[in-house]
Order: sequence, then structure tokens, then C-alpha cells
Amino acid sequence: MQDSWNTSKVSKMVEWTDFERATIQDIFSKMNYEVVGPAALSRCLVVYPWTQRYFGNFGNLYNAEAIIANPMVANHGKVVLHGLDRAVKNMDNIKETYAELSVLHSEKLHVDPDNFRLLADCLTIVISAQLGKAFTGDVQAAFQKFLAVVVTSLGRQYH
Amino acid sequence: MTTLTDKDKAIVKALWGKISKSADAIGADALGRMLTVYPQTKTYFSHWPDLSPGSGPVKAHGKKVMSGVALAVSKIDDITSGLLELSELHAFKLRVDPANFKILSHCILVVIANLYPKDFNPESHASLDKFLASLSLALSDKYR
Repeated sequence: MQDSWNTSKVSKMVEWTDFERATIQDIFSKMNYEVVGPAALSRCLVVYPWTQRYFGNFGNLYNAEAIIANPMVANHGKVVLHGLDRAVKNMDNIKETYAELSVLHSEKLHVDPDNFRLLADCLTIVISAQLGKAFTGDVQAAFQKFLAVVVTSLGRQYH
Repeated sequence: MTTLTDKDKAIVKALWGKISKSADAIGADALGRMLTVYPQTKTYFSHWPDLSPGSGPVKAHGKKVMSGVALAVSKIDDITSGLLELSELHAFKLRVDPANFKILSHCILVVIANLYPKDFNPESHASLDKFLASLSLALSDKYR
């Protein structure tokens, strides 16, 4: 009798609709990395101040003005946002794409993966402010789904 | 319980002053987004004939939700007592899982950022997020 429980490798690929693919490509092709990256990270550090724990060597994070003006925060915001590019280019393989980065965030950077979700929420809000009317409920759903997959992938190698 | 500082309260009241004229629209948009982005929330509205964003029931309910927010702003110095009736309603009649308050709060923030990008700076965002968290806690105060 055939064993119907194939426990060796149940691969659950994320399925993307045409609309979702097009939406993600569109948002990132028009993305102003110089503005959005710094805005998202600085917002995260202001709204969820405990996230500052990872940036002890970034200098003055004393208040909102300092955080928003901090050049290291701005620069790192761009780095993080560009980090999403590889997911945009590999939407059918995000889990594998981020395996190394997941190990890095776990074993070297020691970032609580819950923080990825906080940053993702801030990025959503910044994009909402940027896109205005174009950020419809359906676009928001696609964007948040994309970020959720990235967040899950980044947390996957933690142990 | 999240403590709202005097600064938080001032920021929330000032922001509310600017956005309250659009409260109905904000509520409708936030609710519509919630039902779209988090389809599991539709389970609470199986009795509605139309769950699509912009529909009659969604608009009416969005308005109702925002009047609750308005009430909380007016009672910002003691939200728990101020929202006592609404808390009992949500605890004993509606029984909405409190995780959903976070979801709807997020959608409200997305809408405010969308409509008021210049006013919704990081500091305002932080204070409003704290305020909505306090509101959510007050709503679930009577749950158990």
C-alpha cells in the first residue's frame, strides 16, 4: 500500500496572482530608495524605540529629530530597502533567496525576528503615504503579502 | 497598560482636530482595507449582504467605529472608564478576538498616512499608535 503521507519534502510554494506580481514589480520599479529607505527605518526607530537596541553604534538616537537626521540611519535604511530587491527579482524563490541573510540576522546580528514585522509595517505606512490614491486595498494586500513572505523567510533559519 | 504622556495626548488631539472631518471616510476605507488585506476578519460579518469595500454596510460600520475613536479622544485622560459600555459590548455580545483590534488599528494608520502624509510624521505615528493600543486594551478590558 502506498504511503500517502510524503513527509520527506512537502514544498509549499507561495502562489502569486498576475496582479500581485505586477503590483510588486510596479511599486519597486518606481521606488525612491533614497527617500523611502531612510523614512521607513527612522520611522521604525521612532515608533518602536526598542528597535534601537540594534544600533548602539549609530550615534545620536536621542529623539525623533535626531533619529530622522542621523546619516547612519539614513544610509542603513537604503541598505535594508535594497535588500528587498532580491526578493522582487526572485518572487518564486524568496525562501531560498534569504537563507543566508536569515542566518546572518540570527547568528551574527541577533535580531529578534518580530522586529522584521515592525519594520514591514512601517514600510507599508511609508509606501501608503507615497502612493496616495494608487495604494488601494488590493495593492496593500499584495504589498503586505510580499513583505510577509520576506519576513517569514528572514526568520526561517533561526534556531 | 500603555501610558499616554501629556505629549502623546496633545499630539493625538491635534491630529484628530485635523482629520476628524474625514472620520467617516477614514473609517470606511480602513474597514474595507481590513476585509481585503486580512480576509479572516470577514468571519465577523457573515450577516452582511455586501462585504465589498465601499458598500453600504462597510461604510456604515466604518462610521460607527470612528465614532468610538472620537469618544476615546474625548475621554483620553481615562480611556478605560470612558469606553466601559463599548468594552462590555465587545466582551459579552460581539466577542471580537482582540488580535483584530491590532489589525484594524494598523489599517487606520495606513489610511491616515495615505490621506495626510505630511501630518502623519513619525512622532504623530508613534503617539497615535500608542493611543490606538490603549483604545484596544480598553475595549478588551472586560473580556475576562
